[in-house]
Amino acid sequence: MRQMAYFEAKLEALREIISADESVHFISDIGTGFLGLSEHRVRFGEIARDFPDRVIAPPISELAFCGLAIGAAMSGLRPVVDLITASFAFEAWPQIINEAANARYMSGGQTQAPVVFHLLHGLRGAGAAQHSQSPQAMLWNCPGLEIVLPASPRDVKGLLKTAVASNNPTVFIDHVLLFECMGDVSENDAAIPFGQAEIKRKGADVTVVATSYMVQRSLAVAEQLAKEGIDVEVVDPRTIVPLDFATIMASVEKTGRVVVVDECHMSCGVAAEIVARIAESGFDKLKAPMRRVATLDVPVPYSPPLEDFISPTEARIAQAIRATMN
Amino acid sequence: MLLIRHFEEALVALHEQGHFSGHYHVYIGQEATGVPALADLAPDDALFATHRNHGHLLARGADPGRLFAEILGRRDGYNKGKGGTFHIAAAGLGFYHTTGIVGGNIPLATGAAYAAKTRGTGALSVCLFGDGAMEEGAAPEAFNIASLWKLPVLFLCENNGKYGANKAVGAAQSSTMAAYPLTELPGLYKIPAVQIDGTDVGAVFNAVSEATGRIRRGEGPQFIEAQSVRWPGSEGNWPVLPVATNVNLAWDASPVPESKRDWYRSSDPVLIFIRELVAAGVATREQIAEVEKSVKAEISQAVQFALASPFPEPAEALRDVFA
Ligand SMILES: Cc1ncc(C[n+]2csc(CCOP(=O)(O)OP(=O)(O)O)c2C)c(N)n1
Ligand SMILES: [Mg+2]
Repeated sequence: MRQMAYFEAKLEALREIISADESVHFISDIGTGFLGLSEHRVRFGEIARDFPDRVIAPPISELAFCGLAIGAAMSGLRPVVDLITASFAFEAWPQIINEAANARYMSGGQTQAPVVFHLLHGLRGAGAAQHSQSPQAMLWNCPGLEIVLPASPRDVKGLLKTAVASNNPTVFIDHVLLFECMGDVSENDAAIPFGQAEIKRKGADVTVVATSYMVQRSLAVAEQLAKEGIDVEVVDPRTIVPLDFATIMASVEKTGRVVVVDECHMSCGVAAEIVARIAESGFDKLKAPMRRVATLDVPVPYSPPLEDFISPTEARIAQAIRATMN
Repeated sequence: MLLIRHFEEALVALHEQGHFSGHYHVYIGQEATGVPALADLAPDDALFATHRNHGHLLARGADPGRLFAEILGRRDGYNKGKGGTFHIAAAGLGFYHTTGIVGGNIPLATGAAYAAKTRGTGALSVCLFGDGAMEEGAAPEAFNIASLWKLPVLFLCENNGKYGANKAVGAAQSSTMAAYPLTELPGLYKIPAVQIDGTDVGAVFNAVSEATGRIRRGEGPQFIEAQSVRWPGSEGNWPVLPVATNVNLAWDASPVPESKRDWYRSSDPVLIFIRELVAAGVATREQIAEVEKSVKAEISQAVQFALASPFPEPAEALRDVFA
């Protein structure tokens, strides 16, 4: 196994994907491609240089270039679109929600749109209200879109490959704060199928279901709580559409205690949906009320102490876990 | 203009010292557009700025201390620390809402113009945006409506990427438009549109006065493309100062590193204006140096004010969601 930084694994996946399939095109800013404002962003330029005919930088026209990607996908290409900050995807909502999500169903299964939309979501530090959004729950409310939330170097690589190979429109939702995290990535790592949760940490007392960067944060909390004698199991769904509910329920049956951690706003968020499903199918397995740890229901404030106050911090996660133990 | 320049340079220093961490943009290189453009507006005119708003707010008379405080996320900031650099709002000055979404303010400014017209206030609305915003669909959609309904709105497009319309060809360029010059697009919607040198104070003042005059006479929307050359300090994603400005650079640019000297020599609007004032006998070099001294003192006081301002109470995060 190789130890690799998350951003390296992501770049490696992008290179392998565009090398392997002539129908793949990256629609992306060259200077920042897929890495947002991270200091590593220029590295995408190496890929752009090697595939000049299949990496194209669009104008600031999200509605048009997302729609273009969907149309191209209907016509035989596999475009991967970088929207950079997830909030910019709202400019393209009509094409993603109205067209991509509905295309296959509305055509009675005739038309498929194998497009990937890449977004960087969440609280990145002083992003304020318009650069910190987590639209995964809104997207989950639009049947027809696959939704991927990687949280480790191996996952970002394996899931990106599956996203591009998928014949469905897929929203690949990444987080800049994951980029430096290290992990094992084997050479020629196989694609990771959608709908397979991974137990990121085994534990007996409490099930923490976490997504994206919240997986890493929950793992850190689990280590702290181990010292208090609380044995936390961290389940990472990795994709929420499709959702591996069986793995989540197996863990819940074992522990009987549930905390769901996600960066969407609290109301109607990803945590809300997962908690609702557990309540419907496993209420009798629960030893304590379930808890959600999510972003408080206000637009994201700029000032660091305010942002901290509304975010799913380690302290709030730990508090929620302890609460389920009492 | 000097106040804006020294404000922004002090801000770069505050960022380097770690007083704030997020992404931000400065107005250096565009001072000769914002200052004369906003000089002649009425108190009840509405303004809609962008991610590059600091200069616009200062040009309209905003308090530099409260601006610094906002960008540092402090309690005394214009938005109580909730908005930050991209979103500085000062409703008392007509800045109701400042968006970080490229093109997002074009429909909003058009809406403020609709309100002014239908309420008969006589006010107009100024939409300040970059060349990049012309790429968003919001721009032509709003142009069409503004023109159809003859709304009192000035579309002031600050094209800070003079020299070519294609970023693949030239240096740092923030837009790639098939329709160029940028006046073509509003022209198609029958909006009178002119292209001017945005580093020429007089040209900007005259063009804006003429446009606002027409708007106030009920002639409907007007469009101005004010061109400037991108400041070499914003070539990357984060501002970097090639040199600390002082008015003597107007006559001797040798303190600027050679690779960036050209801009300070021929495209820096602040230095251009200083040379103009001296050549016209309006002010002496010594008088301008005195002005700079007092501006620098004002800026350093403003920085002290912001640094002394406490961070907001955490629970402040829960207020202001609803009226
Ligand atoms: C809808 C949207 N897409 C992308 C961005 C990212 N972005 C921020 S500034 C910028 C460039 C804007 O260029 P321009 O309008 O010319 O303004 P300038 O920065 O040159 O003043 C981009 C693409 C954004 N803020 N909003
Ligand atoms: Mg620009």
